[in-house]
Amino acid sequence: MIDVTGPVQRVGATEEAVRLIDSLVSMHGPVLFHQSGGCCDGSAPMCYPRDEFAVGDSDVFLGTLPDAGGSPFYIWKPQWEYWSHTHLTVDVVPGRGGGFSLEAPEGVRFIIRSRLFTDAEAEAMAATLR
Amino acid sequence: MTVYAVPNTEGSVVSFKPQYENFIGGKWVPPVEGRYFDEPTPVTGEIYTKIPRSNAADIEAALDAAHAAKDRWGRTSVTERSIILNKIADRLEANTEMFAVAESWCNGKGVRETIGADIPLAVDHFRYFAGAIRAQEGSIGELDENMVAYHYKEPLGVVGQIIPWNFPLLMAAWKLAPALAAGNCVVLKPAEQTPTTILMFAELVGDLLPDGVLNIVNGFGTEAGKPLASSPRVKKVAFTGETTTGRLIMQYASQNLIPVTLELGGKSPNVFMPSVMDADDGFLDKALEGFAMFAFNQGEVCTCPSRALVHESIYDEFMAKAVARTEAMVQGNPLDTDTQIGAQASHDQQEKILSYLQIGRDEGAKVLTGGDKATVPGFEGGHYIQPTIFEGVNSMRVFQEEIFGPVVSVTKFRDTTEALDIANDTLYGLGAGVWSRNMNEVYRLGRGIEAGRVWVNNYHAYPAHAAFGGYKGSGIGRENHHMMLAHYQQTKNMLVSYKWEADGFF
Repeated sequence: MIDVTGPVQRVGATEEAVRLIDSLVSMHGPVLFHQSGGCCDGSAPMCYPRDEFAVGDSDVFLGTLPDAGGSPFYIWKPQWEYWSHTHLTVDVVPGRGGGFSLEAPEGVRFIIRSRLFTDAEAEAMAATLR
Repeated sequence: MTVYAVPNTEGSVVSFKPQYENFIGGKWVPPVEGRYFDEPTPVTGEIYTKIPRSNAADIEAALDAAHAAKDRWGRTSVTERSIILNKIADRLEANTEMFAVAESWCNGKGVRETIGADIPLAVDHFRYFAGAIRAQEGSIGELDENMVAYHYKEPLGVVGQIIPWNFPLLMAAWKLAPALAAGNCVVLKPAEQTPTTILMFAELVGDLLPDGVLNIVNGFGTEAGKPLASSPRVKKVAFTGETTTGRLIMQYASQNLIPVTLELGGKSPNVFMPSVMDADDGFLDKALEGFAMFAFNQGEVCTCPSRALVHESIYDEFMAKAVARTEAMVQGNPLDTDTQIGAQASHDQQEKILSYLQIGRDEGAKVLTGGDKATVPGFEGGHYIQPTIFEGVNSMRVFQEEIFGPVVSVTKFRDTTEALDIANDTLYGLGAGVWSRNMNEVYRLGRGIEAGRVWVNNYHAYPAHAAFGGYKGSGIGRENHHMMLAHYQQTKNMLVSYKWEADGFF
């Protein structure tokens, strides 16, 4: 697992998403997030019980979310290489289903809002990586 | 032009039940915990039925039924299985209109498409595997004058299948037909967004199959999908969906030492060479339709040609025509046969697409047309997106992630080498398109693109007998072809000695 955390936050969550994560943790125990890609519910983050999904050397740790449990957020390294210039915010919308993600039965779905890093953020991250 | 009546209204060819059950052991069985969830149609956003919210106990009941049926079903003759698959095809075909309208209501796609593609392709898929299984043979290897290796194809037994929501019935047919033909019993979980037509299919053909051969359990991935995918009682899992769930399913399979087939999507390049514009003729018209295929099924196709690569020498002229072609698309009531683009399958899907339209703009991609949600008069609660063309470069997120909406990202290239570099600069390798009047050119491009399916001078054709599956991150296995039978069979080798004397070792 590759840790790319540093002075600049790479992931965050909206208040509504944080409330949902806290509620999911109270039902299922600690959780983790793994950003998916590809078909159907791809491009959406998946939320699993923390010991359910094996992260490994091919994954990048982007940081912890601002929920009470500090849920970790991961992405597959080859995918991160295309996403690394964007900050990710976990949000939640009304929805139906989505793979094996824990929130689906609640009638909601986590989604990702993205924004480009500012020049200042990009410089700070580049300095850390040097 | 035909406008079909809304299901469950006067004159409609479809009557949905107010509530469906699970199909287990040939019977309609309520979920053990008695819980149901509301099923909305993306056409209007209204609830139209209730679906069982099942859990591990329901999956176990289905596995019990499947295991009780597997020995007998595995021993039926291929003739008998073939006859049953043909009967399934006949009944489905006789009810094309009903299933086409129901599928449109479940998924949001235009009935033009379900009548022309989803249902006839599903019908043909059962017929194809009905034929393929009868033509399949084992093999004999004559190793020397005394020893012969016989190879038999045997069913796996009980398999699990998890179906996506973009072509609910067709994707179920892709997985069911080879599994049943090969003599397996199936426990199938439809997508929770679009389970209804698969349940109607079981109502229609359930009596043709012995009890327990086909079992359908509904519910959410985390509650019903997981106990199926992680069960030590299935010999194989087939899944179509996205990469993280694909990994999770492989992880479960590794714990049970069973194989998986995975279809995980793509970001398919559609390459237009200069000769496309050599004449203003039928071929150019076809190529422009090929470009517009990004909006087929509202872009909710794993092989959506969502990256268009256009040669710089024809770029301006070709794109002017491509934008005009896109702007001529008819978006509207999915139950109108003139409608070419219907609704996205769910609210969260619409939200996700909108988030990509935003990041595309933020990254500097130029919107050539579209770029926002759409409103269809009379269907204000539905989930519609304007067909959208972005112009940009391949490193942008809209060029690299499957948006699963009617969105194409266009870029230009100098020569064949650059076209291949761009085409292959992606995590995925499911589909690709190549358009040219020069057959040597298409050969080099077609062989050079790292994708399991390269359409040459056509796109989005899915005939049975043409292998379909992914390179790279797009998955494992091939569907739509008799080679799929191998994914549902084991090989038994009987090594027979006809020698009558000892070998002389001891």
